[in-house]
Order: sequence, then structure tokens, then C-alpha cells
Amino acid sequence: MSSPGKLNSSSSELDLDRPNIEDYLPSGASIQQEPHGKLRLRDLLDISPTLTEAAGAIIDDSFTRCFKSNPPEPWNWNVYLFPLWCFGVVVRYFILFPARVLVLTIGWIIFLSSFIPVHFLLKGHDKLRKNLERCLVELICSFFVASWTGVVKYHGPRPSMRPKQVFVANHTSMIDFIILEQMTAFAVIMQKHPGWVGLLQSTILESVGCIWFNRSEAKDREIVTKKLRDHVLGVDNNPLLIFPEGTCVNNHYTVMFKKGAFELGCSVCPVAIKYNKIFVDAFWNSKKQSFTMHLLQLMTSWAVVCDVWYLEPQNIRPGESPIEFAERVRDIISTRAGLKKVPWDGYLKYSRPSPKHRERKQQSFAESMLRRLEEK
Amino acid sequence: MGNTSSMLTQYDIEEVQDHCNHTFSQQEIVSLYQRFCQLDRSGGGFISADEFLSVPEFAVNPLSQRLLKMLYGLNFKEFVAFLSAFSSRATLQQKIEFIFKVYDSDCNGKVAFSDMLDVLRDLTGQFISEQQREQVLTHVLEESGYTKDSLLSISDFMKTLWNSDLKMDVEVPVD
Repeated sequence: MSSPGKLNSSSSELDLDRPNIEDYLPSGASIQQEPHGKLRLRDLLDISPTLTEAAGAIIDDSFTRCFKSNPPEPWNWNVYLFPLWCFGVVVRYFILFPARVLVLTIGWIIFLSSFIPVHFLLKGHDKLRKNLERCLVELICSFFVASWTGVVKYHGPRPSMRPKQVFVANHTSMIDFIILEQMTAFAVIMQKHPGWVGLLQSTILESVGCIWFNRSEAKDREIVTKKLRDHVLGVDNNPLLIFPEGTCVNNHYTVMFKKGAFELGCSVCPVAIKYNKIFVDAFWNSKKQSFTMHLLQLMTSWAVVCDVWYLEPQNIRPGESPIEFAERVRDIISTRAGLKKVPWDGYLKYSRPSPKHRERKQQSFAESMLRRLEEK
Repeated sequence: MGNTSSMLTQYDIEEVQDHCNHTFSQQEIVSLYQRFCQLDRSGGGFISADEFLSVPEFAVNPLSQRLLKMLYGLNFKEFVAFLSAFSSRATLQQKIEFIFKVYDSDCNGKVAFSDMLDVLRDLTGQFISEQQREQVLTHVLEESGYTKDSLLSISDFMKTLWNSDLKMDVEVPVD
């Protein structure tokens, strides 16, 4: 950065690819009049802008809002509604729930009794085996969706099996994957989970071609990027589904998309998912409940209602960086699903922001101060 | 929302309102309580430094460490009193007093050159040398009739900041 002699340049280079955070902050937060005039004592003592930003963040901030889940309130607030609501609870827990468990069990029996033979006996006939396994995975996902009485409306052309394309969607819960999978057997990139979910991942999802990553390992990124590229180029591979947010968000906001899916050199097909909270909130708050509890909550509600839009495939434009491309696609998905965008990285749930942001503020303050010192 | 199951009673709200000199309305206090419970994930009755730093907007603020020292161990009533300087109902005097408290980290009622230098260092980071910082601070102090060894009191702050366009208001979102 060229500047009049006195200023030391930043040791952490400004990442030119990062979208401008100031574009997202609510007006009034950082759009202050550039102070001018000769530097006086009161200008140095007056730290009110910085303090106001800090207090604003303490009182309400856009990041925490993304993960806030409001538990649905029971509607039993009147004398005559209460017995009706009680009756509803009885029906949900003692009639619907057992029926759903039964449906799911039947589904698993059918699935396993077909999948295991197909997997082992058709070892030599790969193409046939893959096709059958694909259909079976779609089948078990349909059983899952039925077990929460999923009312899913799909809009747009169904994904086709072609190479050089990747699908991206906003992420609210792991059930996103199941809802999309029942229509098309996607290959997906996922975090390896412990418990019974992990078991499912390593056995059944392997067959549709899944890629594992480990959030906490730094080197992991390069390995995974290579795996993604290889997968996309393969003709016989199932279409790849990626959730670029990297974490579950509460379906009112979208956090920044990771650029990994957007630098694979292929077209990106956006998929927007919007849940209707009328019966249940489908947001899986992984800090508050395990996936099992989340599923049980879904299975004891009336229905899970959602809309899925398959949107027009996008390609990177000449001169567009992968991050700009990612932001453009995030814009498309957010507009379609009616979600607000926030400029935060979803991984901030697990780690602290990089010092780059603070340094940028410090730099602009220092520059302004030195500039005013020169003024008469 | 938070894990604390206790709801605020009308008595609680009035007590908190008294403690902050009525700078917040009762609805705002209820909103602040929801926010307090949301941040206090461990349910300990106060928000730990880690819990504050989990708000990225706060963590990137240059004065966050200084403010964390002031926020340490505050219960809800004290938390509201802390934020009262940011209410639109707070007087200019209350706001200047808050700024003074941020500078006066050892709470001895006097702000020394080193205190002002510390805050300036937080705000400018590595982008100005220590020497330059001292030069600038000494220069503006002398222009206002102070010296490097002056100890500024709250009335000095009032005098200096009274005519400046101090804007230090934060709106509490009310459902």
C-alpha cells in the first residue's frame, strides 16, 4: 500500500478477494462522516464511534441471529383450545409417532434386504449395481421423508446426471440432504459424524460416492479439493451436492459461502430450500440437540413443509473471482428462498475471527489521524 | 434462547430500571434480558469473556479487551447499568463519564498519559510507531494547555468533550 512515509504497511496483506464487509453492515453502523479539520485533543479522546460499535454488537449482532431458534409455542392459550391441543398431542405422540416408526422400520427392512444382496452379489456388474443402489438410496430417503410426513414441493427441472456440474444448496439441517436425496441420488461432501449417523455414512453413503472432510484439519482442504475435482470429471459419478455454508443456519439468513465449490472449473447449479415453520422448525441447532433428538422432534410433529427450487445453472464469468462467483450464487439462492445475507463465515461458530478485520479498522483510524495532523 | 428458566417479574424489571436511572424502558429491559440469557450459554448468571468473544462483531473491535475487563463478572442488573450510557435517554454527561471510565483502567479518578497512550495503541495497532503515537499525543495535549505529565480528571474530560458531536446511541431491538 503506497502512502505518505509515516505509515507502516500492514504485515497481513489485504485479501483482495474478500467481499467488502462494509457493504453488509447496517447503514448508520459504519457510515459515519469522515472527520476532518485539524486534529485536537477531543478527537483523540472521543472514542465514541468504536465504543458504539462494541455496544451495538453486545446488544444485537447479525451473526448470533443466524443461529437463533425460537421453539414453537403451543397454541393452547385459550380454555377451548387447550383440550383441542391436548388431543393433538395425544394423536401426535401415540398414534402418528408409532405409525411413523413402523413405516420407517418397514422401510429399513426392505432397504437392507435389497441393498445387502445387491451390494455383495453384484460385485462384478458395476453399472447395474450402481443403478440399483442409487434407486434404493432414493427409496430409503423417501421412507425417511414419509416418517415426518414431509410435504415437499419441488420446483424447476430435476437434476440430470452429467459431468462437469456441481449442486450447491443452503443448509438448515441434515434433513436437507435427505429431502434432496429422495429425488436424486446425489454424492455429497460431509463432515464425518460419530454414532449411528457415522455408521450410515460409511456404509450406505459410500455407495453413492461421498467425500469426507474434517473441519479441524488444515491440510484437509487441499486433499478434499482434489477429491472434488476428480469426482466432477468422472462421467459415471453421481452429481455432487455441496453445502457451501459449511454449517447449519436457521433458514432466515445465509452465511458466507466457502469458495471451494466455485473453483472447480464447472457449472454450479443452485438449489434453494425454504422450510415453512407452521408445524415445526426444521433448523437443527447442533449445539442444543443431537441429531437423534432432532429427528424425534420431527417425527412427533404434524408435518415438515418445505419448498425446493432447482435454479438455473451458473458459470463463472470472465474476470470474476471464485469468491465473487460464490457471492453471486448466494445472492440467487437467498433471493429465491427469501433469506437475508450476513457477511460472516459460518466457521466462526467454532473459532474466532481473524485479526485482519481488526487491523483494517486500526489502519483506517491511523490513516485518518495522520491525515488530520497535516491539516492546518 | 438461554437455559435460565427464571422469568423476569415486574419487581425485577423495576429494580433494574431504578439501577440504571431509567435510561431504558421496561420493554427494552426485557429485550436485554433475552439477549443476556442468549449470550450466557453456560447459565452462570454472568457472561464470560469467551461468550462475549463468540460475537464476531465484538471480537473484531479494537477496544474489546479493555471493555472485557469492565464487563467481567457483571450480573444482569450491572450489565444493564453498563449499557445505560448507550441509551438515547442518557445525558451527554453520562456518556462522557463512561468514556472516562474506559480510559481510567485503574479507577483512581485520574487519566494519565500512559492511559491515553494505551487506548491510542489499541485503536491504531501496528500502523503507527510507538514514538509517533507519543509525539501526536504530546502535541495535541500541549495545544489544549496540558503537558505530558498532566493527570486529567473527569471535569477535564467534560470540558474537552462537551462541545464535540458525541454520538453514542445504540437502539435496543424490541419485539
